[in-house]
Amino acid sequence: MTRVVVVGAGPAGIAAADVLSRAAVEVTLIDEAERPGGQYHRAPASGLQLDMRRLLDAAHASYAAFHAQAASVCARVDYRPATLVWGVHGRAVHLAARGFAQSVGYDALVLATGATDRVMPLPGWTLPGVFTLGGAQAVLKDQGCLIGRRVVFCGSSPLLYLAAVQYLRAGGKVAAVIDTTRFAEKLRALPDMLAAPGVLGQGLRHMAALKRRGVPILHGATIDAFEGKARVSAVRCTSPDSAPLRVACDAVAYGHGLRPETQLAELAGCTLRFDPVQRVHVPETDPDGRAGHAIYVAGDGGSIGGGQAAAVSGRLAAAAALHDLGLAADVDVAASRASLARLRRFQKGVAAAFRWPGERAAALDDAVILCRCENVTVGEVRAAIALQDGVADVNRAKAATRCGMGRCQGRFCGAGLAEVAAACVGGHDHGRDRLRVQTPIKPLPMALAGDLSP
Amino acid sequence: MSGTDAGVAIVGGGLVGCMIAYALRQRRRSVIVLERGHVGGESSGVSFGSLRLQGQHEAELPLALRAQALWETIEAETGESVEFRRHGHVHLALDAEQQARLERNARNARAHGLDVTLLDRDEALGRWPFLGGQVVGASFSTRDAVVNPRLVAPAVARAARRLGATIQEGVEIIAAEHDGVRFRLHGRTADGAVRSVTAETLVNAAGAWAGTLAAWFGETIPLFPAGPAELVTEPIPAFVAPVMHVVDGSILFRQTERGNVVIGGHPRMRVDAATRTARVPPDKILTNLARLVALVPRLRAHQVIRSWTGIEGYVEDMMPVLGPSISTPGLFHACAFSGHGLQLGPAAAAAIAELIVEGTTTMPIAPFDIRRFYVSGQPRTLSLAEEFQPDVLAQAAPPSRARPSS
Repeated sequence: MTRVVVVGAGPAGIAAADVLSRAAVEVTLIDEAERPGGQYHRAPASGLQLDMRRLLDAAHASYAAFHAQAASVCARVDYRPATLVWGVHGRAVHLAARGFAQSVGYDALVLATGATDRVMPLPGWTLPGVFTLGGAQAVLKDQGCLIGRRVVFCGSSPLLYLAAVQYLRAGGKVAAVIDTTRFAEKLRALPDMLAAPGVLGQGLRHMAALKRRGVPILHGATIDAFEGKARVSAVRCTSPDSAPLRVACDAVAYGHGLRPETQLAELAGCTLRFDPVQRVHVPETDPDGRAGHAIYVAGDGGSIGGGQAAAVSGRLAAAAALHDLGLAADVDVAASRASLARLRRFQKGVAAAFRWPGERAAALDDAVILCRCENVTVGEVRAAIALQDGVADVNRAKAATRCGMGRCQGRFCGAGLAEVAAACVGGHDHGRDRLRVQTPIKPLPMALAGDLSP
Repeated sequence: MSGTDAGVAIVGGGLVGCMIAYALRQRRRSVIVLERGHVGGESSGVSFGSLRLQGQHEAELPLALRAQALWETIEAETGESVEFRRHGHVHLALDAEQQARLERNARNARAHGLDVTLLDRDEALGRWPFLGGQVVGASFSTRDAVVNPRLVAPAVARAARRLGATIQEGVEIIAAEHDGVRFRLHGRTADGAVRSVTAETLVNAAGAWAGTLAAWFGETIPLFPAGPAELVTEPIPAFVAPVMHVVDGSILFRQTERGNVVIGGHPRMRVDAATRTARVPPDKILTNLARLVALVPRLRAHQVIRSWTGIEGYVEDMMPVLGPSISTPGLFHACAFSGHGLQLGPAAAAAIAELIVEGTTTMPIAPFDIRRFYVSGQPRTLSLAEEFQPDVLAQAAPPSRARPSS
């Protein structure tokens, strides 16, 4: 029978698997996490009593609806939780789970691999107590833990406000929200953001809730450093009117939006293109997510769009896959396309309102660590680029310096590396180079080899 | 720069091309290196990093020994660290047949003055206790070494430039001819600009693509592309100094100073020289990991973080083509290194530079003459099946026996 493999059980993957499971295909749904949800609908670890209704408030209804749908979908398909897809080759995905390796062939592959945090290196960003925004949310939703007692949320992302509100609801203290984009930039992006007034309204309510609770909110600040000895103890920043500020804290949640996880798409042979609005690389797709022969991309792994857009794009990708297999899909394609276009327009506004501060790379001190896995500094990368005849080739800089060569394989330093390299040759707008991906896309246990099944 | 004129034009800015440029500048010849991508960006930058003497092909060993002496001074020559380390190589036998091979290789190496120690199973396991029970014997050569292939070609290129070489990156040579007096090279850059170069002497150091250049001058080098499968682990605490190498090449590994374990293992894989894409397939990764953890059980607890390969040029007798063209005076080949380009590089470069400047060389390069492809009954390496996956050999063209007309 025809097999469709879906990678990822977040909003996009579950939506795609739901559609596919109603057609005459075998569906294998593979997810790295132990429970469906992805990052967006992450559920508490089993056995943990966490009041998700209180934590999520108005968002709880969509959370509950997702998990009801996911439970039903996972029961209907070949669901493989806690399973890493570490390679794509020869029309098969290569899996590792619980010490076993396996390959699963596909007739169509839907990649719903999501996104991770995008960070700009800063002095002190590797100090204990400094988390990514998504990481701070994950430990709360997954484990019911707070990253500290007095937390600064900083960077540029609508998640700043959401995560800060969730910390308040969970009993945490929020020392400040330091947003590096100006309020005026947010106003300018308003027309695009009005494409999804519901989502915009939610964001505004989060801001208002923080103000009511007396949380200082700073727009248009520059983050200068995370300070501390054994652990972060303060965020040093400069306000828009050039006043130096120091906010004491015992933890920091930091991020500048999201970066699509495109490694499997790249290994599957998809073309990646630079999205000048989000300033990230995304797989080239048609409006329904077709990214190559028998390859479909949905959700944030294809274009940063948030949970709602992910679900719609998952349905569209599944419909496209079924259509290409000569099968019918129970999806209103025209309405879904219209809805996705509206949500993507909203995200275009979000990307402008919460801008990636790529230009800051030029001002970074040489001593700042750029690659935390391999302890490579900004200065070492600059020296390597200087020896490359002014060519901002990041793969070459990686070969010379080890930047991006460690456990994360550049997933976290890659964005900063591209900007540092571009700044060396004099152009923020040229920060478009990217590190090439290789198999395995994440660290792979060597002991798997002993359990190889054909 | 349309119309650059040089004494010597070298096509290919890999390690060999850059080393030839350096050797020519030491002899004060004007030289330009033309590289399609960037220096060391193809196979030079992706190899395992072995500077291996023991087990080397008998015909290659004299040149390999000359090369090793040059490697031993590379950091002084370039003024940079290229992570040259002489911790020796250990070859391992896992059965009686491999043990016989170890002993044969040791006799051969000693005949050339190389110091190789044979160890029985207990001695080997006593000295390298991380080895698993499969090992039946070992041989240890202290002069064998390693270098970081990512660093070495750029370092040599910089040294050559300091001596006055011109190294042009991003210029692809798309045609070349000899007008009876000079070579004319037609190149283009990535953005479509035309570059032309004339030179008295032309060196073919174009790696896996050297066959194309040879064909422009009516010569056949029966090159086929293949790639080594390389893997690397996360950094782990230091446990091994020498390179460990099962004698048939089925698995080899070394630990970097950073702590990563670099893993190689034959047979070599099929790669696409036309599209210049090369990846290690997942099955190959699992096969090599299985071999490694069987040999070194303690590595079971660790993780592999990356694989890579590159596009190397091979010929069936696994020996380079080194020396003058037989069709065109002034053309020299330095290619077809068959996976040995890193180790042989400095001696090969010295040989070519001497041939160009002095018309003769003291380097032992007689076995590597291109004429060997035009005589029948040329020697083949013992087992190509050990060296290459079947799909690699399927694409290797049978060598032409016809002499070129010129």
